[in-house]
Amino acid sequence: MTNNQTNTSQNKPTIDKPSLVGELNKILPTDSVLFDEEDLRPYECDALSAYRHLPMIVVLPNTLDEVQQIMHLCYQHKVPIIARGAGTGLSGGATPIGDGVVLSLAKFMSILNIDPEARTAIVQPGVRNLAISDATRPYGLYYAPDPSSQIACTIGGNIAENSGGVHCLKYGLTVHNVMKVKLVTVDGEIVTLGSSALDSAGYDLLALINGSEGMLGVVVEVTVKLTPVPEREQVILAAFDDVEKAGYAVGKVIAAGIIPAGLEMMDKLAVQAAEDFVHAGYPTDAEAILLCELDGTNAEVSEQILMAQNVLRECGAIEVRTAKDEAERQLFWKGRKAAFPAVGRLAPDYYCMDGTIPRKHLPYILRRMGELSQHYNLPVANVFHAGDGNLHPLILYNANKPGELEKTEAFGGKILELCIEVGGTITGEHGVGIEKLNQMYIQFNEQELQQFHAVKAAFDPVGLLNPGKAVPTPKRCSEYKQLPNYNQTKRHQTKQTHA
Amino acid sequence: MSNDLTQELQQQVASAYTEGKALSIRGSNSKTFLGNKCEAAPLMVSEHSGIVSYEPVELVITARAGTKLKEIEDTLAAEGQMLPFEPPYFGEDATLGGCIACGLAGPSRPFAGSVRDYVLGVKLINGKAEVLRFGGQVMKNVAGYDCSRLMAGAMGTLGLMLEISLKVLPKPAQKLTLVKQLSVEKALNAMTRWSGKPYPLSAAAFDGEKLYMRLSGSETAVESSSKLIGGDRLDSNNSFWQQLKEHKLPFFDSNKSLWRLSIPATTPALDLAGKTFIDWSGAQRWLISDEPADKIRDQVKKLDGHATLFRNNDNVTTFQKPDAGLMEIHRRLKTSFDPKGIFNPGRLYSEI
Repeated sequence: MTNNQTNTSQNKPTIDKPSLVGELNKILPTDSVLFDEEDLRPYECDALSAYRHLPMIVVLPNTLDEVQQIMHLCYQHKVPIIARGAGTGLSGGATPIGDGVVLSLAKFMSILNIDPEARTAIVQPGVRNLAISDATRPYGLYYAPDPSSQIACTIGGNIAENSGGVHCLKYGLTVHNVMKVKLVTVDGEIVTLGSSALDSAGYDLLALINGSEGMLGVVVEVTVKLTPVPEREQVILAAFDDVEKAGYAVGKVIAAGIIPAGLEMMDKLAVQAAEDFVHAGYPTDAEAILLCELDGTNAEVSEQILMAQNVLRECGAIEVRTAKDEAERQLFWKGRKAAFPAVGRLAPDYYCMDGTIPRKHLPYILRRMGELSQHYNLPVANVFHAGDGNLHPLILYNANKPGELEKTEAFGGKILELCIEVGGTITGEHGVGIEKLNQMYIQFNEQELQQFHAVKAAFDPVGLLNPGKAVPTPKRCSEYKQLPNYNQTKRHQTKQTHA
Repeated sequence: MSNDLTQELQQQVASAYTEGKALSIRGSNSKTFLGNKCEAAPLMVSEHSGIVSYEPVELVITARAGTKLKEIEDTLAAEGQMLPFEPPYFGEDATLGGCIACGLAGPSRPFAGSVRDYVLGVKLINGKAEVLRFGGQVMKNVAGYDCSRLMAGAMGTLGLMLEISLKVLPKPAQKLTLVKQLSVEKALNAMTRWSGKPYPLSAAAFDGEKLYMRLSGSETAVESSSKLIGGDRLDSNNSFWQQLKEHKLPFFDSNKSLWRLSIPATTPALDLAGKTFIDWSGAQRWLISDEPADKIRDQVKKLDGHATLFRNNDNVTTFQKPDAGLMEIHRRLKTSFDPKGIFNPGRLYSEI
């Protein structure tokens, strides 16, 4: 791999592997300390499997006290710690490093408390996203953020990435739905960020911890906000013979004063792949489809469906229909949520990108992406959280063809640079991890990157928590800028020229 | 004349940094009362003003910190949009910068979200006189640490905000306020019960005698929900919430200490002498009381809340302090943005 920033940390541990295993075995049962290569292998990567590295040791603590002792021990001996949830991250945020310990929170799977009156649940970090909604639905409540990996991904990982999902235009991201976290600091102390009230005294450290990619502390307990299950949910499927018309319709729906619970777009390739995979009843001859979900009271949903249908027709939709029953509504969404694996069946490998743009630039971005697809001779399918401008282009490639992964990464990098060019960002919800370190130089200047490092140092002065992720080092920066193909894309100015 | 004073402000911060001279950031002075006394040379920001970009379809507005809140809300209203967190002004010239720095939200807070929930990006000058941009103008953005939301409620101690980008939302088609005469216990129960239902509740308050519940949404949703909730319709729908937000209701007409208690919404009535006005569906309680600060703060701390001395007492520190471990993180974070401690020293805590 070209990426070598994560293979070692800046601080050399002051303890060797056998001694550290011995010390960890004093804290944990022996089956909770993994150090043989075959036991370590399952932890060598997260869902960005192109990047792999064996950790020195993996620990699977059972209790908060064990986590604190592990952290304290590693702090004393300058051993890096990489916290890990379900390993579903798509940016390599949980990629191990060779002299580091992977701290798996997989055993922290308990829902500790559900308070229906306060509409909160206290859960351990290893609880799966969907498990929270499953457990609270009997009370008429659910946990709103719903990333596509919600069957598997954990709430701890959701906080690390500030995960979104298809419902965040209306219900917000993880940061909007977490009230309090218990955090173990790098030296093994516990601090509480946020509170059971709607705010807490001092700096909003809770906002800072969301999306911090495990680099500021280890989340060991989470209080989430629960949302009342709406009286009614209904989804409209609209088909277009032109991608740009679909993009235009998205803005028109919002301009009509409607905030859909979800507003998703898929292009032809993604629609066809999803249809082949789950038979959702999508029109496979369309150039693009929109899924527009409306929720609220019964009467409100009826009113908004009529409004949205009219807008979609006025924008040139060739077909507009609502799900005929709840089963079909679920099926429409199943197709969307299965879009990544569905597209994945079209080629030996696929690479999922994650940029956000101001929505008005969608036609331009899609056109440029088509040109790049031809240039690199790699097909790209587009799945798009259209309501909030979050693109997920899926590049199809074959890793066994020499040079094709590198070509794919170059293509992906160009897409991210395009996002910056139009005033967007290189990652909407998957995180920087190790994947997008190079693009961080384009989105941020050196002073801004230095400020990020300073924020990190306020929590982790020695740099032991998930080192090498999310914020590139100055050394890496100067090396990257000397590369011949370093893109001179400038960060966006306030006025864009190709609206 | 340009309203972009970035260069001038950067020069002023640069010389303050060189000389190690403290600065007190000022907008319109509408919220100078909030926070501990800060003895420092004023740094005037109100001339650095103007809406930089606003595209209703994108649901995003970007404006300079000195822009008047009124200009922003009027501009949004002309397009049928709003700031969902209903910021209090406490002065007609209140600026966007002060609004974000103080992080105060109005009655819609428990239903619509907080100030920081709507912050998408910030351009600021840090304590080393560097102009930095964090976040952006898009809804979802996880590139780098979220330094922009961190500015909300930081009382200007981490940097001088130059520009702020906010998510905005369409104004509801219909608003309706229902009033019922109830005991405090029944009022709190009703708030909890109705807040847990999927109805378009947008505010809930209790003035000691009457429960006020506001519904905002589509006409049909507001009408159907109002029949379920019941109560008398309030004619002066907007002015009640406006007066509550701006502390113009008779309740606030007092020279005694005014406390803002932020506590879990489901907490029963507190055992503290004085009079209480309940807002935020139970989660924010205004208390006018002579009770000692320590007693009030101990009691709310046990509830996992905190108490802010809002007005009328110069002998008490404004904000409740976090525990020692957290305070140390505060101190280091402050140093990371403002190594010489030039921005608003002491206004939030004496340590930072």
